[in-house]
Amino acid sequence: MPVESDSRPIIEIRNLDKFFGAFQALADVSLTVNAGERVVICGPSGSGKSTLIRCVNRLEEHSAGELIVDGVELNDETTNIRAVRMEVGMVFQQFNLFPHLTVLENLTVGPIRVRKISRADAEDRARKFLERVHIPEQADKYPAQLSGGQQQRVAIARSLCMEPRIMLFDEPTSALDPEMINEVLDVMVELAGTGMTMVCVTHEMGFARKVADKMVFMEDGRIVETAPPEQFFENPSSRRCRMFLDQILDH
Amino acid sequence: MSGATRSRKLMKRLHWVDFLIMAVLAAFFLYVWLQIEGKLNYIWRWDQIPNYLFFYDERTERWTANVLIQGLITTIRISIYASILALILGVILGIARTVTNLTVRMLARTYLEFLRNIPPLVVIFIFYFFLSEQLIAAMNIEDWAYGVARQEDNDVWEFFFGDMRRFPSLISGVIVLALFESAFVGEIVRAGIESIGRGQREASRSLGMSWLDETRFVVMPQALRKVLPPLANQFISLIKDSAIISLISVQDLTLKTVDLANSTAMIFEAWLTTAALYFTLCFSLSLFFRRLEARGKSAH
Ligand SMILES: Nc1ncnc2c1ncn2[C@@H]1O[C@H](COP(=O)(O)OP(=O)(O)OP(=O)(O)O)[C@@H](O)[C@H]1O
Ligand SMILES: [Mg+2]
Repeated sequence: MPVESDSRPIIEIRNLDKFFGAFQALADVSLTVNAGERVVICGPSGSGKSTLIRCVNRLEEHSAGELIVDGVELNDETTNIRAVRMEVGMVFQQFNLFPHLTVLENLTVGPIRVRKISRADAEDRARKFLERVHIPEQADKYPAQLSGGQQQRVAIARSLCMEPRIMLFDEPTSALDPEMINEVLDVMVELAGTGMTMVCVTHEMGFARKVADKMVFMEDGRIVETAPPEQFFENPSSRRCRMFLDQILDH
Repeated sequence: MSGATRSRKLMKRLHWVDFLIMAVLAAFFLYVWLQIEGKLNYIWRWDQIPNYLFFYDERTERWTANVLIQGLITTIRISIYASILALILGVILGIARTVTNLTVRMLARTYLEFLRNIPPLVVIFIFYFFLSEQLIAAMNIEDWAYGVARQEDNDVWEFFFGDMRRFPSLISGVIVLALFESAFVGEIVRAGIESIGRGQREASRSLGMSWLDETRFVVMPQALRKVLPPLANQFISLIKDSAIISLISVQDLTLKTVDLANSTAMIFEAWLTTAALYFTLCFSLSLFFRRLEARGKSAH
C-alpha cells in the first residue's frame, strides 16, 4: 500500500563510481529517490550497499559521478556538508550509541549542539520520540543497560530527534537476536507510515514487501535491478536476483 | 599425584634459592655497613633528623616545618600544578597526533621524538633557559612576585605558592616539568583517542556535528575515562621526575636534601629520609589510585 509520494526527487545519484585504492566498490550507479519514497536495497555481501548509502551523507566520498541530496550537490567543493547531514539521519548495524551518555543525552546532544535548540526543548522532543519507539521508561539508563533491540530503537530515535527529511538504514536488524528483530521493524514500519523518505539496506523481505515503493538489487558494485516490489518479488528480470531471492527467502 | 610431588620438589628447590639470595643480600648489606662504620668512621646521628622535619619555633611557640618538610611541600605543590598544566598540554598534543592535518601531526610527532631522544637533564636545561626564563622575564613575573611578597595580607598567595620571593623559580619548575611530562601524557591521550571506535565518529558526523563537537562531546569524554589509570601512574612518575628540577635551583625536596647533606654532613641519614618521604608519597598515591580503580570497576 504505497502512500502517494510527491514526485520531487530528494536524492539523485548519477553514474556514481567509488574506488577504495584500486578496488572499485561502486560502478556507474544511478538511482533517484523521491521525497516520501521508501527504497529497499538488497544484495549479497560486499556488493556495495553500505558504500552507496554512506555516500549519501558523505561518510564516504564518491570518486566520480554526480550526487545531489536535498538540493545540494555533494562534492569536494561542498562547504555545508553539515547542513546536509542534519537532514539525513543514519541508523547503523552496530547502533553506535554514545556509551558515556544516558539514553536521553544520546537523543539531545545532536539537537542541542547542532540544531542549537534549548535543553528543555531538546528533552521534550527526545521524550516524544522515545514514546514513538516505545521505550519512554528507559530515558535515564545507559545504552549498555538496554537490550540490542532497545538500543537500536534508541538509535532510530536519536536520528529522528534531528527531524531529518531522509532516513538511511544500514542493515539495522542484522546485529540483533532473532526475537528482537520485529520490535525494530515495527518501529520502522510505523515511521514509513508518517511519510518519511527512507532508504533501507536490509534482507528482511517481509518488511520490504510491507513498506517498499522501490526495490533495488545490487551485485559487484552495480545496480542490477530496480523494480516495484510486486514485480521484484514475483518476476525479477535478472537470473542473479532470482537466485538471491530464492536463497534468502528459503530460510 | 605426580603433579603434587613435582610441586613439592619445586618448593624445596625454591627454598634453597631463596636461602641463597637472602644470604647474598645479607652479606652485601653487612659489607656496606662495615665500610661505613669501620673504614669511613661514620657517626650516625639519626636523632638529629626529626629536627629537620619539624622544629619548635620559640618565637611563635609552634611546631613549624623545617627544610625537609618545606622541600616536600614544594615538591607536592609543583607536582600538582605541573600535572594540571601537563594534562592540558597533553590533551592538545594527543589530539594533534590524531588529526588529519599533516603539518599539525608532524609538529606533535617532532616534539615527542625530541623529548624521547634527548636525555631528560638536557631537555630540562633547554626548556629552562630557552622557554621558562624568557617567559618569566617577558611577563615581568619577578617584580610582580616581589610586590606580592611585600604586601601584608598575602596569606592566600603563600598558601598556594609558598614564599612569594621564590615564586619565579617555582613557576619555572612547573613550566619545565609540565613541558617535559606533556609528551608522555600526550601519548597516553592519543592511545585513548585511538581506542574509540570509528562508529562513534561516524554517528556524531551523521548527526551533523562538527569535528570540534565530536571531539569534545563524544570522543574525549570516552577516551579520557579509558586512560585514567595510566594517567594516574603518569602523575606518580611526575612526582619522581620532579627531583630533576632541583638542578634549576627550585627549592624542592631533593635540593633541600642536597643542602642539608652538605651543611650537616649527615649524608646517609638525609638521603635515606628523603627516599622514605618520596616512597611514602608515591606508594600511598599508588595504593589510593589502585583502590579507586578497583571501585570504579566494581561499580560498572
Ligand atoms: N574503507 C574501505 N576500504 C577498502 N575497501 C572497502 C572499504 N569499505 C568497503 N570496502 C570494500 O568495498 C566492497 C563493498 O563494501 P560494502 O560494505 O559497501 O558492501 P555491503 O554490500 O554493504 O556488504 P555487507 O552486506 O557485507 O555489509 C567490499 O568488497 C569491501 O571490502
Ligand atoms: Mg554493509
